Amino acid sequence: MKKPFKIAVASGKGGTGKTTLAVNLAVTLAEGGKKVHYQDCDVEEPNGHLFLKPVIESRTPVTVKVPVVSEDICDACRVCASVCEYKAIALIKDTVLIFPELCHSCGACRLFCPRDAIRETPREVGVVERGEGCGVVFTQGLLNIGQVAAPAVIQAVKQSKRGDDDIVIIDCPPGTSCTVIEAVKDADAVILVTEPTPFGLNDLKLAVEMTKALRKPFAVILNRCDIGDDAVQRYCFEADIPIVITIKNDRRIAEAYATGGLVYRLDEELRRMYEAASFFMLRWRRQLDGEGTEQEAKKREAAP
Amino acid sequence: MKEIVIISGKGGTGKTSIVAAFAAFAGSKVLADCDVDAADLHLVVQPEIVYREPFSGGGKAEIRPDDCTNCGICMDHCRFGAISEQDGDPKINQIYCEGCRLCARVCPVEAIDFKPAESGWCYISKTPYGPMVHAQLNIAQGNSGKLVTIVRQKAKELAEKEKRDLIIVDGPPGVGCPVIASITGSDLVLIVTEPTLSGRHDMLRVAELAGHFRIPALVCVNKWDLHPASTELIEAEARRIGVKPVGRISYDSSVTQAQIRKSGIALFPESRACKEMLAVWQCIKHNLAK
Repeated sequence: MKKPFKIAVASGKGGTGKTTLAVNLAVTLAEGGKKVHYQDCDVEEPNGHLFLKPVIESRTPVTVKVPVVSEDICDACRVCASVCEYKAIALIKDTVLIFPELCHSCGACRLFCPRDAIRETPREVGVVERGEGCGVVFTQGLLNIGQVAAPAVIQAVKQSKRGDDDIVIIDCPPGTSCTVIEAVKDADAVILVTEPTPFGLNDLKLAVEMTKALRKPFAVILNRCDIGDDAVQRYCFEADIPIVITIKNDRRIAEAYATGGLVYRLDEELRRMYEAASFFMLRWRRQLDGEGTEQEAKKREAAP
Repeated sequence: MKEIVIISGKGGTGKTSIVAAFAAFAGSKVLADCDVDAADLHLVVQPEIVYREPFSGGGKAEIRPDDCTNCGICMDHCRFGAISEQDGDPKINQIYCEGCRLCARVCPVEAIDFKPAESGWCYISKTPYGPMVHAQLNIAQGNSGKLVTIVRQKAKELAEKEKRDLIIVDGPPGVGCPVIASITGSDLVLIVTEPTLSGRHDMLRVAELAGHFRIPALVCVNKWDLHPASTELIEAEARRIGVKPVGRISYDSSVTQAQIRKSGIALFPESRACKEMLAVWQCIKHNLAK
């Protein structure tokens, strides 16, 4: 079976239009006959559901492993606390105290406990919801309020595969830190959405550096292209980064967005833009697939 | 001393532009940019760095290939998928490594080094509006929560030393680790939102987070005139959950124009957004004094 093409939609700066682009692109591709799976990996503030309005078919809790100490076996040797790099285990007098918020579930305490007094139990940190809306398969993660284990929830969203997924669109959180890296790390290609302002440019540069560090092919979509200056376009030109489409600042888009409406068919120009973006994605896939097979072919040739 | 944190839940609602405006309105204060993985405040307050120190978010493991016997034990134990075979030898991906040190501890021939990661920098700068503490997280480095805590700590020390009685913190988006690190123990949060379904949804989640940590919260709707009906709805809902609305700010292209000129909206004192942000600030000041 053909592997799905995974496109991550990321941005650096928040509020540049990631979700608008991701959901409208998903629906455009679905209407073109592709089996599209939209995955909302902005698990701190997922918004895609407001536009795709999915019927939720299943809800699965996301858990992380946290250590539990059997006090009757523990002899307070302090090994667990000494191997925890995250200071999630402390001993007060002879009692082991565990701070689940600081735990990274690395398993060191359990592995090194000389008396085998530690087991791990699941702790709920969020939920993954699956369903379907606007002809698109929908998955979103939701981090429980007060929890910090966003990467675990993101991982659970990405694992929600469907056998016949053709294209997966990963809606990423803003920024460039560990949550974004988790969302982007197994994508085939990355779309960076930005706007032509100094903040947009600064955060685009950070996002480009991050995407390069992860060795992902990437391209830019310039949203509200007429609100600021031309510094983003000049940067993309000089750095040889393709700009897939540019979308004008339009009060009607803002109004549709405000009320949870899709915009890909708002007028002829937007319809053309979204179709152009869809074609770009499909061509990109063929190009990357082609490169893949070329490389594999070379490898086969090189092998004895 | 009081500390107010500007947060939003949803990104791009105007946190940094509002902090830049408050920087010009407020009297004696220290500014702190806690959005460490996409910091922007420095672009509009003309900082001049006077002090810098490196930041390490923890350690990273690295295999010494010459000593490695290729037994594969480290790979079996790494839970972060950070160790994989490359050209026949196990290699640690520095981006995926979470610094738990387990691999270094299980390696039978001690072929794995564990070194502090160079995760970023923390800066203190002079600005026309008073001192600012800010930071830069290196590309693909984790532990932004720890860096946020350091920025806030430095801002507090600076405020105490220079006898400034207010800290204005530019917070990160979301409700996760860096936001929690930005707001715990602060005196007041201002939630900046926008009149959209997303803005409403995210405002409710971040307000719940503030409630979880028992921090009083205020809300202000930016670009309120893009959808007046949603603005009404958001304000009504905020009141219902005990979050007081402290004003509305109109959509005004002068905010972007000021940003292009490397400045906050105070550059255009006659603009609508400037007058409205000043009114919001006065309302916040009143609430801070309580």
